[in-house]
Amino acid sequence: MNTKNKNLYRFLVGLADDSVILSHRLSEWCSNGPYLEEDIALSNVALDYIGRARMFYQYAVEIEGKGRTEDDIAYFRNEREYTNLLVHELPINDFAFTMVRQYFLDVFYCLYLEKLTASSDSTVAAIASKAIKESRYHLKRSEPWIEQLSQGTEESKRRVQLALDELVNFVGELFVMDDWEKELLSSAIAVDRTELQSEWDHQVQTFLSTSGMSFDDSQVQIRGGRNGIHTEHLGHLLSEMQFLQRSNPGLNW
Amino acid sequence: MQSVDNAAEQIEFDRRIVEEQKIEPSDWMPEDYRKNLIRQMSQHAHSEVIGMQPEGNWITRAPSLRRKAVLLSKVQDEAGHGLYLYSATESLGVSRSELIEALQTGVAKYASIFNYPTLTWADVGAIGWLVDGAAIVNQISLQRTSYGPYARAMIRICKEESFHQRQGYEIMYELAHGSPEQKAMAQDAMNRNWWPALMMFGPHDSDSAHSGRSMQWKIKRVSNDDLRQKFIDQTVPQIEVLGLEMPDPEIKWNEEKGQYDSGEINWEEFYQVINGSGPCNYQRLKHHKKAHQDGEWVREAVRAYSEKQQTKKENVA
Repeated sequence: MNTKNKNLYRFLVGLADDSVILSHRLSEWCSNGPYLEEDIALSNVALDYIGRARMFYQYAVEIEGKGRTEDDIAYFRNEREYTNLLVHELPINDFAFTMVRQYFLDVFYCLYLEKLTASSDSTVAAIASKAIKESRYHLKRSEPWIEQLSQGTEESKRRVQLALDELVNFVGELFVMDDWEKELLSSAIAVDRTELQSEWDHQVQTFLSTSGMSFDDSQVQIRGGRNGIHTEHLGHLLSEMQFLQRSNPGLNW
Repeated sequence: MQSVDNAAEQIEFDRRIVEEQKIEPSDWMPEDYRKNLIRQMSQHAHSEVIGMQPEGNWITRAPSLRRKAVLLSKVQDEAGHGLYLYSATESLGVSRSELIEALQTGVAKYASIFNYPTLTWADVGAIGWLVDGAAIVNQISLQRTSYGPYARAMIRICKEESFHQRQGYEIMYELAHGSPEQKAMAQDAMNRNWWPALMMFGPHDSDSAHSGRSMQWKIKRVSNDDLRQKFIDQTVPQIEVLGLEMPDPEIKWNEEKGQYDSGEINWEEFYQVINGSGPCNYQRLKHHKKAHQDGEWVREAVRAYSEKQQTKKENVA
């Protein structure tokens, strides 16, 4: 692979990892939600993210050109080789945490994917065009949830605040550019994440203030995902997700 | 005791049953007919919901991204069926929370098959193929059930179930044609799930407590034993295509009857499991109760928010 393709491969796998890991977390809600309707809705969001992951992985292995499959990438890499941003891998905790994370990410992806639809790489742009429709829909669901939980009972409000306090440390990483992403920005393939931060802060803070909630503006406090430096949670997730492929390598399922 | 007024309504109800007309929620119906329907429909809804657990057990461990997406979709469909059936049952004047309470207190039952564990990935295939396959045989007959909302729910649900059965069979086919370990995994899962799948059709007709009246009211259209035989007859050739050994050594084509003979179900095990002592009965209900309890604060918050919004509206008015 030439340098441009190496960068593109790394970029695509990063985006795919974000999606596959979040999808895994959301799928953990299946049969555990507060309403049957939520089991269905959260599974739907998980399905959108797994679809997104597959599109990015499939394009990545095509760029790589070694005849590997999406599953080779997803199932045969360890913690240090996974490059998702950390916010995606945090455990689901309670419903408030899951929905606050989802709301944060929905706002982020609506901003990010909109820019990415203008990527000079037509496949990346096409994936972004499909994905942004999903994220806009996800936001229509997560925003009212935050409103209801923030203005519901003392307990629900307290749980939302705890989620905000924990997540604020992890959202800053969404707005950091790594070296290969900067390279791709110069050829208009990637998006400048740093430019999205003030708009994200503005949208989230404005919305939360109407519910009487607040949190500090996003800052880069904890980072490392794109370089394979994760929380302790990822290893457990991967050992669960990959066990069957790892214990019986080279087979079709 | 029926009043004189009800006697006229009873005659009208009986006439409609005889003439194969559907009974709708607003129609008069005998109290026992209503109770019988609530029992059967809620049991059906609970089965869809509890059934999410054994298959959900493999969502986070599915062996490929495609399998994971398909399985997640399938379990999501089951949740949708549960929701749809709860709504249909609510048309009989009972609330979803009452139905859930009946499930959690053990008053209402669900399909006994879901009290068995999904030990390997092949169980996901076996469940889709055998359990959804058995469910379809039953549900096709219920498309002609006398209660309108239930019949319509069955038509819709059958379409998705046949997709589920195909995905289960596809998993089994892949395993049966894979490595020796995969083939053994498929054989083992089929052997374990075969008998519980046959038990899904319920006791023999001669021992079935609710069958007589249900057949008379046309809630139930085909007997337990006839449905079970139909399932065996359609499934045995599918086992042959997989190239697996028969799960029951007594399975043999009977030329004279034009159907397969098969061995006797272990009815002791059947009654043990439906009476609450199967391998996973305790676990399934515990899981359901925990999810419900964990979500209580969310439902409380939704109620509180909605009351506050209502108060705001009233103050403005």
